[in-house]
Amino acid sequence: MGVAEAVLLTIITASTPLLIAALGELVTERSGVLNLGVEGMMIMGAVAGFAFAQISGSAYVGALGGMLAGAVFSLLFAFLTLSLVANQVATGLALTILGLGLSGLLGEAYIGQPGIKMEPIVIPLLSQIPFIGKLLFAQDLIFYISIALLIAVNWFLFRTRAGLTLRSVGDNHSSAHALGINVIAVRYMAVIFGGACSGLAGAHLSLVQVPQWVENMSAGRGWIALALVVFASWRPMRVLFGAYLFGAVGIAQLHIQALGFSVPSQFLSSLPYIATIIVLVIISGNRRLTLINTPASLGKGFVPDR
Amino acid sequence: MKKTLALVAGMAAGLVAAAGAPALADSHAKTKACFVYVGPIGDFGWSYQHHQGLLAVEAEFGDKVETAYLESVPEGADAERAVERFARSGCNIVFTTSFGYMDATNKVAAKFPDVMFEHATGYKRESDNVSTYSSKFFEGRYIQGQIAAKLSKTGVAGYIASFPIPEVVRGINSFILGAQSINPDFKLKVVWVNTWFDPGKESDAAKTLIDQGVDIVTQHTDSTAPMQVAAERGIMAFGQASDMYRFGEKTQLTAIIDDWAPYYIERVNAVMDGTWESQDVWHGMDHGSVAMAPYTNMPDDVKALAEETEAKIKSGEFTPFTGPITKQDGSQWLADGETADIGTLLGMNFYVQGVDDTLPN
Repeated sequence: MGVAEAVLLTIITASTPLLIAALGELVTERSGVLNLGVEGMMIMGAVAGFAFAQISGSAYVGALGGMLAGAVFSLLFAFLTLSLVANQVATGLALTILGLGLSGLLGEAYIGQPGIKMEPIVIPLLSQIPFIGKLLFAQDLIFYISIALLIAVNWFLFRTRAGLTLRSVGDNHSSAHALGINVIAVRYMAVIFGGACSGLAGAHLSLVQVPQWVENMSAGRGWIALALVVFASWRPMRVLFGAYLFGAVGIAQLHIQALGFSVPSQFLSSLPYIATIIVLVIISGNRRLTLINTPASLGKGFVPDR
Repeated sequence: MKKTLALVAGMAAGLVAAAGAPALADSHAKTKACFVYVGPIGDFGWSYQHHQGLLAVEAEFGDKVETAYLESVPEGADAERAVERFARSGCNIVFTTSFGYMDATNKVAAKFPDVMFEHATGYKRESDNVSTYSSKFFEGRYIQGQIAAKLSKTGVAGYIASFPIPEVVRGINSFILGAQSINPDFKLKVVWVNTWFDPGKESDAAKTLIDQGVDIVTQHTDSTAPMQVAAERGIMAFGQASDMYRFGEKTQLTAIIDDWAPYYIERVNAVMDGTWESQDVWHGMDHGSVAMAPYTNMPDDVKALAEETEAKIKSGEFTPFTGPITKQDGSQWLADGETADIGTLLGMNFYVQGVDDTLPN
């Protein structure tokens, strides 16, 4: 295995959870709900993923458990913000704080246990293709899911009637309601989908990236995923680009250091964030384009009038 | 929402009152020792070991002592609030266990002259209720360096470093000195991750180093992730702060173990009998505050060498920073047989020769 291949493999592993969590949040936000609890749902997914894998002995059951935990946890958010119309920003932040604390509590028994790693699934023939074969067709299941998810979300949002409904709810919930769309139900589903994605991303951390459970192991990745959605101006394909850019810059800076270049490591560590700011500036330069893609009802509570 | 908030606020106020009142009431009967940790107690590294110290204090004094701790307290503005909260809540002695708490500790200490403060790995004692304490972890690094040089096939080791502070720089220098004592051409690649605890980033750093040809990894960060990556890739690694053997039974060569228990017991005891005084303590293997995990996964001759060095350091016969030592820029630091003075070691901000990296400012 050449160095370039090894580097790319590391980048893929680092980027996959970002991609999944950001796609989930993108769908949630497209329905007009801003869920800042990604970090909290992710860490719940990580602890549940690890726990389910330990109990069942299978990393796949673990991944499923992570998804489930993220979904159930997001249900709490959905209930508070959609049924009780609580402030979405405050509730989302609370969800993150609660998730970080609760996962620490639930995971206490699993601290220090070597975990079960999800083994790669090698696809015959395709994995024999030089260079890209090993990178793209000898990966763990969650990587394949992340790509499938990307295509599915893109198709769903822009090519199906249901996707159109979801976007209309996000753009103008009053009109959607007037048209007879059940705004709350659509948003519930979008939030739960986002939660399941965040949970799966978390499970990737504790089953693929570092097969162990430690508190705070998400270490801010949920926030990066949130930023990526804005970075991508709510377009799925741009999420792919953003997630891999973040992953690549993060890994590249480690390689630059290990090669002994005299670039300050603090500067290198801040590169992904600088990149985000630059992209945000470029995107917001074109106001019309931004407005087209931004869900107009984002973050606003909806109370159906009877 | 408002109601919920009010309820939460009320509960919090109640809790504070409940926590504060008994502490004040029987502050004469019980000594309260409080600990601030930078990571979670479950990191199985740095904070875990400090927490073992807390548990040892509890075991030693039983009913006579009350303990409290805060984990995952970020270095910076939050630290000051955490320390101050402890000072207000009736703690008699507060242990702040990370370098980055230095200014916060001193600031709070000036406001609470009756509370004793113990700051780990720092050097500022601005009021006479502040002590500093540390351990000479670098003694263990030297042994690791020797082992690495004996076992490495590529002649390059990788070092995952947290922040460019003297404590970390000392470790890197000591490691390379140990390695060079076996193989003068030994190289060390350093990657700074700018965090104490981020398993994902630490494992990425480990992968990076391995991809660039190192076949032994050591870390000055707190999670077990690098050990696991090393195990997965089939190379060797050293544990950090705590015995990480179970994360790499075929991988861990040894680990530097921080044993804070004796010091914590001694200092809490000093508060109890009123003999506590500000001091600066820097113990090493001689006091047992730095210990090595069993030497595993290596041939007997390497093990014997490591044990011999360990014995020499323990008895005081040898210290890693003994001349001749040349700085990275080529200038001479220590002449033949000269040993480093404590001041230079405590403020160490330069590499010695052989480190393949530029020290960040």
